[in-house]
Amino acid sequence: MAAALTAAQAGLIGCEHCGLLVRAASADEPGHCPRCGSALESRRRQSIERTWALVIAAAICYIPANLLPVLGTTTLGSTEYDTIMGGVVFLYTSGSWPLALIVLIASVMVPLGKLIALGYLLISVQRRSSSSNRERTRLYRMVEFIGRWSMLDVFVDTFTVALVQLSPLMAVRPGAGVMFFAAVVVLTMIAATTFDPRLIWDAGGEQES
Amino acid sequence: MQTLACPDCDLLQSVPDLPPGGKASCGRCGHVLATGTADPISRPLALTIAALLLLIIANFDPLMGLSAVGRHASTTIIGGAYQMWIEGEQATAVIVGFCAVVAPAGYILFMLMVLLGAGRTPVPGWVGEMLRWAERMRPWSMVEVMMLGILVALIKIAALAKVEPGFGMFAVGVLMLLIPAIEVSFDPHAIWQRVAWVKPKTSPPIAGDSAPEASS
Repeated sequence: MAAALTAAQAGLIGCEHCGLLVRAASADEPGHCPRCGSALESRRRQSIERTWALVIAAAICYIPANLLPVLGTTTLGSTEYDTIMGGVVFLYTSGSWPLALIVLIASVMVPLGKLIALGYLLISVQRRSSSSNRERTRLYRMVEFIGRWSMLDVFVDTFTVALVQLSPLMAVRPGAGVMFFAAVVVLTMIAATTFDPRLIWDAGGEQES
Repeated sequence: MQTLACPDCDLLQSVPDLPPGGKASCGRCGHVLATGTADPISRPLALTIAALLLLIIANFDPLMGLSAVGRHASTTIIGGAYQMWIEGEQATAVIVGFCAVVAPAGYILFMLMVLLGAGRTPVPGWVGEMLRWAERMRPWSMVEVMMLGILVALIKIAALAKVEPGFGMFAVGVLMLLIPAIEVSFDPHAIWQRVAWVKPKTSPPIAGDSAPEASS
């Protein structure tokens, strides 16, 4: 192994799209990748500010997503509203606890865990923490990987609504909660892409493991 | 041998030429820097064509049917998004339609163009652009999440009425396995090395990325 040197320290930029290692024309205007033509960035622009904005927006949407109903079931004139937790309870009481557990993890715990994890990564980067870099990078990868799964309940609601249209006996309508819920998933997924994991390592420390 | 910057921690590292099935990880953060593929085109191409056929079946055949009190109803993926739209949840309908239909179709079609283009010599420049689009679509393609969502919906509805899984659902099930299989068998690095550069080398790279044989 050569001495541990990052591309930024060597005045180089690894293209985020095609991986080509390019010498930056200047620090302020690195230009474009000569191979794939995409704009070169040593670090994603305003990564911390943008990620914070998205995390805060997602955290705000998380509240109505959990409090507002995601489904309304009308049976013979009376309408019942279900929140996400209500759906979990329904699945549990109807005997399928594995599904109740999946929905609980995907819809309640994963989005909350993602918000906490991104907040922790942002704060630790801002405090220029230089410990447990590897673990924090792993946490970031997990946030990136797991993000799509919280869309689960949006799909469940969509197909329930599409199928159960037996008017006048029974009809299922989506509630406003489902929109906030989808917004939480989309916002946290974008937040994971605006966060730059290289910032974790920029504070130095733990050069070689 | 080539020098790469780790996309996750920016460390510069020399990556040797890898045998098929070989893998090089970043020594500092563990990110997989490169994989060795014996045949970068035929296997992903075969999988992509299979995925394209299943995508058509998954989108046009009903996912499931429901019968209750002498009435029958069935729905497709697009039908689900459409129902969401007419129930007044347009924003949700757009997200569902994008993640369930547009992104998977986009990923498969862009990959098809990449793999067909990469087989030509010289490799046309638009292959790189298509590859970038495929990578942009991939995180939003949620076929596997949708499959689990359909199963949960099936079980929830089974308490109210009789449900029969449709042909489209089986197609979604196989598609759910094919998309990660394309990803695993595909090595974007091998494609990038063949793609023609967009501009004359105004800012020349220091490492022999385009010429893996070059000694460093």
